[in-house]
Amino acid sequence: MRHISTVIIGAGPAGLAMSKCLSDRSISHMVIERGEVANSWTTERWESLTLLTPNWQSRLPEYCYTGEHPDGFMSMPQIADYLHGYATSITAPVEDRTTVEAVTAQGFGYRVSTDRGDWTCDNVVFANGACGRAQVPSIAQALPAGIAQLTPQTYKSPAQIARGGVLVVGASASGTQIAAELLGVGHDVMMSAGAHIRVPRRYRGRDIQWWMDRSGVLDARIGEVDDPDRARRVPSLQLIGDAGLSFLDLNTLQARGAEVTGRMVGLRDGLAQFSGSLANQCASSDLKMRRLLRGFDLWAASQDLTDLPPVELHPVTRLPANPRLTLDLANGRIRTVIWATGYAPDFSFAKLPIFDRKGELRHSEGIVGPGLYVLGLPLQMRRKSALIDGVGADAEALATHLEHHLKIRAA
Amino acid sequence: MTVQIETTANNGVNTEALMGARDAFAQAPEAAAFTFRSTCSWVDGTESSNEINGYFGLGQEHTRPASFVINSDHPTVFAARDTAPAPPEIVLSALASCLTAGVASVAQHRGIQLNSIKAHAEGDVDVRGILGMDPDIRNGFGAIRVRFEIDADASEDDIRALVAQSQKRSAVFDLLTNPTNVHVDLA
Repeated sequence: MRHISTVIIGAGPAGLAMSKCLSDRSISHMVIERGEVANSWTTERWESLTLLTPNWQSRLPEYCYTGEHPDGFMSMPQIADYLHGYATSITAPVEDRTTVEAVTAQGFGYRVSTDRGDWTCDNVVFANGACGRAQVPSIAQALPAGIAQLTPQTYKSPAQIARGGVLVVGASASGTQIAAELLGVGHDVMMSAGAHIRVPRRYRGRDIQWWMDRSGVLDARIGEVDDPDRARRVPSLQLIGDAGLSFLDLNTLQARGAEVTGRMVGLRDGLAQFSGSLANQCASSDLKMRRLLRGFDLWAASQDLTDLPPVELHPVTRLPANPRLTLDLANGRIRTVIWATGYAPDFSFAKLPIFDRKGELRHSEGIVGPGLYVLGLPLQMRRKSALIDGVGADAEALATHLEHHLKIRAA
Repeated sequence: MTVQIETTANNGVNTEALMGARDAFAQAPEAAAFTFRSTCSWVDGTESSNEINGYFGLGQEHTRPASFVINSDHPTVFAARDTAPAPPEIVLSALASCLTAGVASVAQHRGIQLNSIKAHAEGDVDVRGILGMDPDIRNGFGAIRVRFEIDADASEDDIRALVAQSQKRSAVFDLLTNPTNVHVDLA
């Protein structure tokens, strides 16, 4: 049996940042990756996707974007190249094409079983991503036969989609982007929208991420957040990595021909049922956006930022007078359903008592248990924890904790 | 960008107890399972009388010292005696009460002093549905509107946010906007 101090699972931004922080502390480790570096970016995303954060914001420990377009947005091949470059620059010990099959307790440490042999170790870091599994509601099972079902992990491009209608369920970043792409090639698109977070790509001449970063919103610690559990469930911002598009919201989709209705809540006898709460979901989203932008205005005023264009006001979300409450899925109009209903991390390889009654990983700011850590989950330590820009600081904190843990064990 | 709110508002809602209950239910979710009941007796014609008393919750049965009574009838234009509100009117009143209680609770939690709230609820019914004249017309409300008049020591956006949050956390709003399996059987 081979032994190593620390096993990091996943060679994405989080795993590589952790590798860098452990190397800085001379802690022996390896990074196990089921594919290649940046695997999920290259194999589990759609082709037109770009990062939602600008290039300048892809900051990792001792690594940053140095190209000519700091305000641009990386495509998936570009982010893969960027992360390969990071792995090389920090000489990360990546064991690629190795799939973790189980993590179990062994002595005072852990045993990591892979399809290429087993390791024992003192510490394990789960860095395999917050979006390991596309979540699909149970009503998907009742969908009439003959309707194709995809998720943002299996959707690649419009070439996959049969002619005819598409029901996109979910109005966050994935759902709105895929809906816009399919409208662009002439599909009849129905958008089912539950809770969603509407924000402009740019505000007062700056990218929304510039505002979030500079004003300190992204640095907020989890302890400062009013209701952490709820904050961790907040859906992703309705954004696309395209500086030329001010909004990718329900107004934009409707202007391009989509029909918008409420959250999909039922499916019986081939009839999809939608909630009548769409008006309130949109009103809530408009209010949240206004509160966020007014907060930025107040911050800008307090900083005496004089080179900013004036305050911008945005029209409210427009809605049909009576959004539809049902949709016949058996009449042939809808040929495809895309479940853009969120993601969950996949820690099913962990055969350890570390999950709560809903099956979610229990952790405190990334500390799961003795020598057991997680990195890259939404708001695990700070508001930016799940961003490329956020994993560095979290990795630094966890590496310090891990080093301390090793010293206590050695003592 | 943190905003400190002085919680001196008093709307008569014990939010500390509600937040305590949240913590308790996180530890023991089975205690959060409640069952509410209403027992309806026919009086005469379209008039009936509901007695509401016991409910199950926190793992046990609860009995009130006295029962509540809600009567219902139908308007004279339906050839009834109009001794009490029609059932759909009771549903509107339940929605308005649920949202109003929600506004008060959320305002208390957010430290917003309320001075007055009035909720006007109305619902449209095409009675050809209940008369079975057209299968394309539903029996229930085609649309429901609630208009709030709220006087509170807060900005318009903050008041709008109270109304939005009350809908998000309302039982009756959920009942009316989402489908529910209803099982009706002979005893």
